[in-house]
Amino acid sequence: TIVQQSTVVKFAPHSIFYSSTMSILQYNGGAVIAMAGDNCVGICSDLRLGVQAQTVAMDFEKVFPVTEKLYIGLTGLASDVLSVNQLLNFKTKLYKLRENREIKPEAFSAMLSSLLYEKRFGPWFTEPVVAGLGEDGKPFLSGLDLI
Amino acid sequence: MDHLIGLVGDGYALVAADRKVAHSIIAVKHDEDKILKLDGSKLLGCVGELGDTKNFSEFIQKNMALYALQNGTELSTHAAAHFIRGEISYALRRSPKLCNMVLVGYDKDVGPSLYHTDYLGGMHKMNFGGHGYGSFFAVSLLDRLWKPNMSLDEGIALMKQVFVEINTRFLVGGSTFTLKVVDKDGVRTIDLGDDEMKA
Repeated sequence: TIVQQSTVVKFAPHSIFYSSTMSILQYNGGAVIAMAGDNCVGICSDLRLGVQAQTVAMDFEKVFPVTEKLYIGLTGLASDVLSVNQLLNFKTKLYKLRENREIKPEAFSAMLSSLLYEKRFGPWFTEPVVAGLGEDGKPFLSGLDLI
Repeated sequence: MDHLIGLVGDGYALVAADRKVAHSIIAVKHDEDKILKLDGSKLLGCVGELGDTKNFSEFIQKNMALYALQNGTELSTHAAAHFIRGEISYALRRSPKLCNMVLVGYDKDVGPSLYHTDYLGGMHKMNFGGHGYGSFFAVSLLDRLWKPNMSLDEGIALMKQVFVEINTRFLVGGSTFTLKVVDKDGVRTIDLGDDEMKA
C-alpha cells in the first residue's frame, strides 16, 4: 500500500498555486495592471488575499495612493506589500516636508527603485507598478521587479 | 494542528481555539488556553510554533500594558493590530516568530473588529477568519452561514456548529475548545457544555 506523504500533493493535486519549488512571490497571490491613455492613467488590482491555495479574503486591495496624482500597485508577499507601502508613505511625507512640494512620479519611481535595491541580498518580495500624472498632466508608468 | 477561529457580531467579537498541545504524535495537554487577554478590551488567539506563541503574545501583552502606564490610555484595536504586525514583520528577516494570530477587540467608536495575521506579517481586517486545518472547515461554514450583526446567541450557536464540524470531519478528533468574547463590558470566557463539542 502506498501512502502519500506530501501534503502539497494531497490537498492541491494540480499544485498550480504553490509548491516548495515555487517563488514566495506567489504565496499570497495577486496581480496589478496599469495603463496610460490621453492625459490619463488607470491602475487596478485584484482583491484576493490567499495563503497558497486557500482564499482568506476578497477585499485586499493592492493599489495605494501616494499623492493625488500618483498611485502605486504592489504585488507579491502580502506582508511586504504592507511594509513597503508604509515605508513609501513615510518617505513621501518626509520628502514633502523637506522639499515643500509633492513628489513627481519620476522621482518617486527612482526612490522606490533605490529602496528595493537597498535590499539586494535579502529583498522585499514585491514587484511594484507606478502610475501617475506629471506636472503637465503627462502620463507616467513604470514597472519594477523585486530588486 | 491548532484550530483558531474568530468572528464579529452585533457589538461583540468571538474567538475560539482548541485546547490540545501536541509533540509529534503525543497529546501532551488537553486544557491549554491559547487565547490571551491583551487588555480589558482585546483578545489575541495565537497558534503556531510553541515557544514563539507564548513568548510573542506575552511580549505584546506586556508592551501594551507599558504603553497604558506611560501614556495613561489604552491602545485601540487598530493600533494594537498594527503594533503586532510591525513586530512580526520586523522579526521576519532577523528571528522570525512563527505565530499565526487572530486579534479581536471592541472599541467604543468603532465597535467590534477582527484582525487576521499570519506569521509572515500579512494582516487584514475581516469579519471572520481562522488559522490551521480547522479554519478550512470553519471558514467554509462561515462563508455560508455568517451574516452581519448576529446576536451573541446566534454567534455562539454558529461557533458550536463549527466545533461539531471540526470534530466530525477533521482527521484528528476529540478537540475541545476555549471560547471567549469581547464586547462593551470587556472580556470573558464562555462556558460551553462538555457534551456540546464532541462529535
